[in-house]
Amino acid sequence: MFELTPLESEALGLSLRVGFWAVLGSLPLGLFVAWLLVRVEFPGRTIVNGLVHLPLVLPPVVVGYLLLVLLGRNGPVGSLFYDWFGWTFAFTWQGATIASAVVAFPLMVRSIRLGLELVDRRLETAARTLGATRLDAFWTVTVPLVLPGILTGAVLAFARSIGEFGATITFVSNIPGQTQTLPLALYTVTQSPGGDQAALRLVLISCILAFAALAASELLARHVKRRLLGGSA
Amino acid sequence: MIEIDVSRARKRFSVDVKFSMETHGITTLFGPSGSGKSTLIDLIAGLLKADRGHISLGGRTLYDSETQIDLPPERRRLGYVFQDARLFPHMTARANLRYGMRRHPLAERRLREDDVIDLLGLGHLLARRPAQLSGGERQRVAIGRALLVSPDLLLMDEPLASLDQPRKNEILPFIRRLPRELDMPVIYVSHALEEVIRLSDRVVVLTEGNVRAAGEVEDILSRPDLAPYTGRFWAGAVIRASVEGHDGDYALTRLAFSGGGLLVARLDHPIGAEVRIRVRSRDVSLALSPPTDSSILNAIPCVVREIAADDTAQADIVLDAGGTRLLARITRKSVDALGLAPGVAVYAMIKAVSVERPSVERAEPDNSRESHASS
Repeated sequence: MFELTPLESEALGLSLRVGFWAVLGSLPLGLFVAWLLVRVEFPGRTIVNGLVHLPLVLPPVVVGYLLLVLLGRNGPVGSLFYDWFGWTFAFTWQGATIASAVVAFPLMVRSIRLGLELVDRRLETAARTLGATRLDAFWTVTVPLVLPGILTGAVLAFARSIGEFGATITFVSNIPGQTQTLPLALYTVTQSPGGDQAALRLVLISCILAFAALAASELLARHVKRRLLGGSA
Repeated sequence: MIEIDVSRARKRFSVDVKFSMETHGITTLFGPSGSGKSTLIDLIAGLLKADRGHISLGGRTLYDSETQIDLPPERRRLGYVFQDARLFPHMTARANLRYGMRRHPLAERRLREDDVIDLLGLGHLLARRPAQLSGGERQRVAIGRALLVSPDLLLMDEPLASLDQPRKNEILPFIRRLPRELDMPVIYVSHALEEVIRLSDRVVVLTEGNVRAAGEVEDILSRPDLAPYTGRFWAGAVIRASVEGHDGDYALTRLAFSGGGLLVARLDHPIGAEVRIRVRSRDVSLALSPPTDSSILNAIPCVVREIAADDTAQADIVLDAGGTRLLARITRKSVDALGLAPGVAVYAMIKAVSVERPSVERAEPDNSRESHASS
């Protein structure tokens, strides 16, 4: 009844792929930055905090443009990449992933950070007296207790990645099969005459995807909470 | 043997501590809050950094500022029981117990998991999470968790402070059994004199970050010069005695100690059990001849050793009763009226009903099992 057109399935697949890798790729860094902001006193913490939150307040187009300037074929980082690997982010799904990851990063850090602030540091101290190294204590005590925050952060970041538009179109343009995710596809069909029907279908797909993500996060959070703390009976 | 000589200075609080002591049995670090006892235990555990000094345990150096040795907490082979238990909330009691154990090679595990579970009565709690345990049960799991590391020494930081009296009474017997049944030396932090008397063999008195005195409990708590720290109102002597017999008709118990016999209100301990009792100096009065026509049941012949008096109404008299030290607090007026001076023979009169609840010390093994299954 609901058969996807090649354009739709391509856009959906690309969106899922971009969202998945954006979340997975930024998770370790997000955890590290959240830990840094919560647990370590260092000069310039406010600056790091500001930088992390910047993509949340900047127009996505600005983020995309900055990425283009930095990582583009002629940018300071992008040109190095091109010299070493003969490869560029421009017009690739990997570039779209980076754009999504950067925009979603503050959301991820925020929820991990909130979770981390709730974990009693003294539990790590207890673990140390039981023979765990600092890293061991972090992985076996703190991370499991922050898991709900990490999951929430991942889902939020995934949802934000799926919806990413401005930074992506600015950084890697709108190329079907390469960088044309769901929102970009939707934008394309709304620009072509008689695209109402196609637009409606894409809107529907986007909504289903968003609901699925929310439901998944709710189920996961409930499951994790039960596993972590047990019932109270 | 633990040897400690460390200092740590911070803006609001400094410790400068030096003592060395046998560790077998239970040693209490005793002092009011802010005396540095928790800081000291954290320095021993490696949770706080000392500015300078040396800490060694059984000849093993844990910290030495000169040779720049500073073992991290996980390599000090010490167990630590915190006031607030600090069980890992996402693990069952069993997983908590095994957390430290699994991090130590089999060859280093001196204590068996089943023995510790038995000793602490944890068998029926293993599948539960900390949220499903009572405060006392949590603390017992925490003790077991620390023991299963098979540490050289178990540190306990006021493990009973956040529990109510029934819970305290539930856990005290477990702690008392550790040195004897598991050969586990304990350093115990406390500001409660009752715990010192009931638990410890040795005591280190700390005030304002310094060691005031260190030694056997009987010696330290019987010293009148330490009364301001051990509590002036409660000042008194701690004496060791054994139960000689019970007088059922009058509900009295006869004790024997080096100074003779002592009648006290009935104790539940079996004949032959060794007990430690505390006789407050304000419950002891003196007479030059044995009293007649008096309600006093105990008149113990003693010799005056020392008289400590200032310009208040009171004087503290140190007495020697066949080698045991007793303390009496009387007025200075009485000191002069009786002509008391070192060397004078007197009778110490102790009301039988005034003796504090004693604690059984090194009792017979079958007697020590009394509250095994309490929970």
